Amino acid sequence: MRPLAPIGLFALLALPLPWLTGSGTVLNLATMVLMLATLGQAWNLLGGMAGQFSFGHAAFFGTGAYATAIVQIRLGLDAWTGFAAAVVAAVAMGALVGFASFRFRLRGSYFALVTLAFAEVARILANSLEVTGAGVGLLLPLAPGLDRLQFADKAGYYWFALVLCTAGLLIAARIRDTRLGARLAAVRENEEAARALGVVAFAVKMQAIVWSAGLAGAVGAFYTQLFLYLDPHIAFGPQVSVEALLGPIVGGTGSIWGPLLGAAVLQLLGEVTRALTGGVTGANLVAYGIVLVLIVRFFPDGMIGLGRPRALDARGVSG
Amino acid sequence: MLEPSILTASLVHGLANGAVYALVALGLSLVYGVLHIINFAHGALLMAALYAVYFLVDRAGLDPYAAIPILVPAAGAAGYVLHRWVVAKASRGREEAVLLVTLGIALVLENLALALFRSDTRTIETGWAFAMVAVGPALLPAAKLAAAAGALVAVALLWALVRATDLGRAIRAVAKDREAARLVGIDVEHVFALAFAIGTATLGAAACLLLPTYYVSPQVGHGFVLIAFTIVVLGGMGSFWGAFWGGLLIGVVESLGGLFLGESLGQIGIFAIFIATLLLRPTGLFGRAV
Repeated sequence: MRPLAPIGLFALLALPLPWLTGSGTVLNLATMVLMLATLGQAWNLLGGMAGQFSFGHAAFFGTGAYATAIVQIRLGLDAWTGFAAAVVAAVAMGALVGFASFRFRLRGSYFALVTLAFAEVARILANSLEVTGAGVGLLLPLAPGLDRLQFADKAGYYWFALVLCTAGLLIAARIRDTRLGARLAAVRENEEAARALGVVAFAVKMQAIVWSAGLAGAVGAFYTQLFLYLDPHIAFGPQVSVEALLGPIVGGTGSIWGPLLGAAVLQLLGEVTRALTGGVTGANLVAYGIVLVLIVRFFPDGMIGLGRPRALDARGVSG
Repeated sequence: MLEPSILTASLVHGLANGAVYALVALGLSLVYGVLHIINFAHGALLMAALYAVYFLVDRAGLDPYAAIPILVPAAGAAGYVLHRWVVAKASRGREEAVLLVTLGIALVLENLALALFRSDTRTIETGWAFAMVAVGPALLPAAKLAAAAGALVAVALLWALVRATDLGRAIRAVAKDREAARLVGIDVEHVFALAFAIGTATLGAAACLLLPTYYVSPQVGHGFVLIAFTIVVLGGMGSFWGAFWGGLLIGVVESLGGLFLGESLGQIGIFAIFIATLLLRPTGLFGRAV
């Protein structure tokens, strides 16, 4: 298997970081990068590989985050069951959104809008229902232990995030290198042509959104384990959907490494902005917005496409 | 049991809000109709306009309605520049790129506001803030009634602009067939930017009308952007009267939703309509087949 070697190498190189650095800040930053890279990878499975731009990945992230919290708090089950429930619930949410959108052949801006609306509906429901703790949110009791998927030190969470990120890379590589990946690429480039060649666009897009939602749900569950607190805005707010797409767009949607590169660059940029502005709230997001516009303007293939020859746009003009 | 008068009052409130929603949505719809782009920054631009009004009132002591002749051209000019030198340049006409670029603009504006003004909710003080007017069984703040009336006037002016001026004819020509418009000598890029400018200019007017009964905060655009999208999709993307009737309808749905389901859950009616329209009739109630 050709692509597995780099992924294995990445996991191996990233593994010893907690022993190499004594700095909690560095470890926190690395954990955030891995978490956002995985969320970005989830977005990439649908947005990058299938060309379906979602503006509502918060719907899947939040479903996963709430599912694990509810299983642990309301049902009193362990965190592993919660984690599994998070993935299952997010997959169900993905299947629901996907079925509704793809059945009616929504695409482009319409798909972006409908995913945004689903995330908003989820936010309003979480804000109103008893089981999700409504506007107050849910608080997980602090109880470190492997059965609770809580760790006394930061290294545990770092490795947890590394496992998720590696799993995301493996899923992405696997999809890319199988027929599903080829079919998704065909749908992305020209859905009518793909259909004419016998690709069942609905079926392959459903597979993409289910994988994407499941992975995003796993990241949501990780978030819950890490911060032990959830409210409707944290879980389903538009900023989650934005975080999900920023990394892959900045890093490059065409590659399985794009989301990781994008997440790392954005987190470092965020740290630099914080340092320069003395921690003014929102300054890092101003920088993200500017980078987003510049990337779309100058590097439509993302940073990972920097070394490659520029693709021609619709008018046949390079760059 | 619900009294009919409460229901009627709720309807009147909904219609008054809906008129302003229609104005906000028309700006979005016009941009879609001409440019075929979805402007995610619409809400953030409204937020920026609301801050502009706030400072004109709070610092310069201007009446919010007297700010209209200042803010409409200023917002229009900002929109022209924004489209011509940022949106058009960065997206080069690709649909996904436009979504991302306008999202980037929204991120910059919202967080710039957050960094500069903090997340405080600000309101303006006016002498007539508590004046009430009876409309049937409903007791409406005078400012809300004025906003609805002003919005209707603005909608009528917008209609006249699109229908009866050379610019309007050029806009409609470009909306219909941009290559043919280019061939008859219309400067298409200029008209694109002008359409975008009209979209933001309506936000300037809407901001002046809204602020006396509303508030401004860095996130204030979020609520409006989804409501405006719902209206535009419901009415049919690019349809003028679709956006108008859609605005009134959504105002009523929001008001009744709040009455029956409460403030928080009441919003769900809007999104249910949004999703149902997108799925079942993406061309909207008034739109032509795409």
